[in-house]
Amino acid sequence: MLDIAITSTQTGSLLSLARLSLAEGVSSLAHLAPLDIAVIAIYFAMVMWIGFYLKKRANTSEEFFMAGREMTAWIAGLSFVSANLGSLELMGWAGSAYQYGILAAHWYWIGAVPAMLFLGIVMMPFYYVSKTHSVPGYLKMRFGQGSSTVAAFSFAFMTILMSGVNMFSMALVMKVVLGWDITFSIVISSLAVAAYVALGGLRSAIFNEVLQFVLIWGGALLVPILGLIEAHGWTGLKAQIIHNFPTQDYLHMWKGLGHFNDNPMGVHWTGIVFGLGFVISFGYWTTDFLVVQRVLAANSLRSARIAPVIGSFFKMAVPFIVILPGLLALVVLHNPDGSLMHLVGEDVVSAHPGAGLHSYNEVLPLMLVRYCSPGLLGLGITALIAGFMSGMAGNVSAFAAVWTYDIYQPLINKKAPDQHYVAVGRWATILGVVVSIGAAYLVMNAKGIMDYVQALFSFFIAPLLGSILMGMFWKRGTKAGGFWGLLIGTVTSISLWAWVKEDPSALRYVALSPDAKDMAENMYRALWCFSITVIVTFVVSMFGKARPVAELNGLVYGATKLPKEEPVPFYKNEWYWATVALVLFVAINVIFW
Amino acid sequence: MESNDISIWFFIGVLLTIYGAMILGYGVWEVITGNLANVVLANLHAPIWWGAIMLALGLFYGIRFRPGHEQ
Repeated sequence: MLDIAITSTQTGSLLSLARLSLAEGVSSLAHLAPLDIAVIAIYFAMVMWIGFYLKKRANTSEEFFMAGREMTAWIAGLSFVSANLGSLELMGWAGSAYQYGILAAHWYWIGAVPAMLFLGIVMMPFYYVSKTHSVPGYLKMRFGQGSSTVAAFSFAFMTILMSGVNMFSMALVMKVVLGWDITFSIVISSLAVAAYVALGGLRSAIFNEVLQFVLIWGGALLVPILGLIEAHGWTGLKAQIIHNFPTQDYLHMWKGLGHFNDNPMGVHWTGIVFGLGFVISFGYWTTDFLVVQRVLAANSLRSARIAPVIGSFFKMAVPFIVILPGLLALVVLHNPDGSLMHLVGEDVVSAHPGAGLHSYNEVLPLMLVRYCSPGLLGLGITALIAGFMSGMAGNVSAFAAVWTYDIYQPLINKKAPDQHYVAVGRWATILGVVVSIGAAYLVMNAKGIMDYVQALFSFFIAPLLGSILMGMFWKRGTKAGGFWGLLIGTVTSISLWAWVKEDPSALRYVALSPDAKDMAENMYRALWCFSITVIVTFVVSMFGKARPVAELNGLVYGATKLPKEEPVPFYKNEWYWATVALVLFVAINVIFW
Repeated sequence: MESNDISIWFFIGVLLTIYGAMILGYGVWEVITGNLANVVLANLHAPIWWGAIMLALGLFYGIRFRPGHEQ
């Protein structure tokens, strides 16, 4: 959801594309052969098989909500990175790569890798040793019920709303790409998700995420491979991009970030490094329960630590199937008359109905249709469907856990048998899907809500990071400090957003530059509210009495005795692989500087 | 996981095997009939080699992680 939170421009426009197509009755981009339909049907059959099979492994609350904490490092790591690999993100960022060039890869590299490594190596021991069931659960142990309740309600509300948005987005994209009826897509996907998550709990959601991960690579990898063959390799691609667009810099990641005006995104390197690379990225990857839940399900502390490290390698590879197709589209897509095709924004498409124009967000479907014959096209479409469905399942399973552990148990029914909480979790899953359907239709019938929903989610990320970091790394932090820091940080975030919404020129103050563009807003808003959360937590805590250090064992750095892990060969050591990932991360940034 | 449980890798193996067989089968049918799909680089016969890769991977995972097999 990091990408959803920070790519409202892309996803919002993707949805407006869909709305536009619906309004105009535009024909679908692709036509499925019977073989493609069979590929999609087999995927649904497999998903249901997994759900029914795993039902017998979801009898206790630990099994239902935490997958029994039995996941290997590989499964937890793939699920961790897959929970973020939704279809809207794939399509949106492929469109961004076409629009902005390789600059879009920042969201996959500096916007993810350092935070993933930090989670695995530094933060995971505290989450794992404290045996918390959720991120709000950690806040409860560290700062008390107040801050936990704030985090739990905001997370539950936004998660379920995002699930609805995901559902609606899938239905719209299926309408645009395949011409499927919206209600048909919503009913089929929600029934499938409700069934397999309610049956198998988190384990089922994780299994399907790993399945989705394999499908996405199997379905999308062929596009860049064939695209590179057509473009005569990377060297040929670069030469053709420079030839076709001599005034644009599509091929450098850092060179044009010295000034807001030197790059098409209108961002500055400080925003990328501190806003995206630190606050937004760390906030999402280390405190959003949707992804952290996957790692908490690992079968040992070592697995929990190495899972995000494994995930970081795959995250670094994702631009190959997302960013590269966007770049390839700049040179291989042609109109029927042989001229170079120029994709445009949705506003241009809507201003010229019937002109046969395509928008940036259609890059991935256009490339799929270009290269994929029957069967392979079905595989690509299945990958998109799987991405949407596992996104919904991730949201719903995280919602069920937070609702049961952090809202129902502490506030409604404190002492009930374990079976009762499992039943509550199953009903919360079904309720979550029902509310998601309602949210999906709400979004469909109320234009503009989508933008608000996406902005709302970003409100909670940065303040939560401030609270968690202060709680985890500062022994002096108090209950009142944690609560007021989180609350005031969140209010600051909402206020800054409302200010810019009301008066767009205020962006110059938020981003500290008159040249800043929309993309810079999220980054600088995140920086501001993170800073305010930390400052308020610090100041309020200094006026209160700190908890005895003995009470902070397992929760705070410097007060926790971590369990000794058995020595393993270097190739099984998390520090070794984190170092390799870091070196690789630096290398790819230098290569594409 | 308990040893008699079905591993996720087995499910993935089964799915890749089915998909690989279907896509490879289509690719072979294309070559035999000469009825190539109207896609770019159809002459490279992507369904054949991509389907074969998926089938091989699927068979490997399906057999390696079959239920009851010691991992």
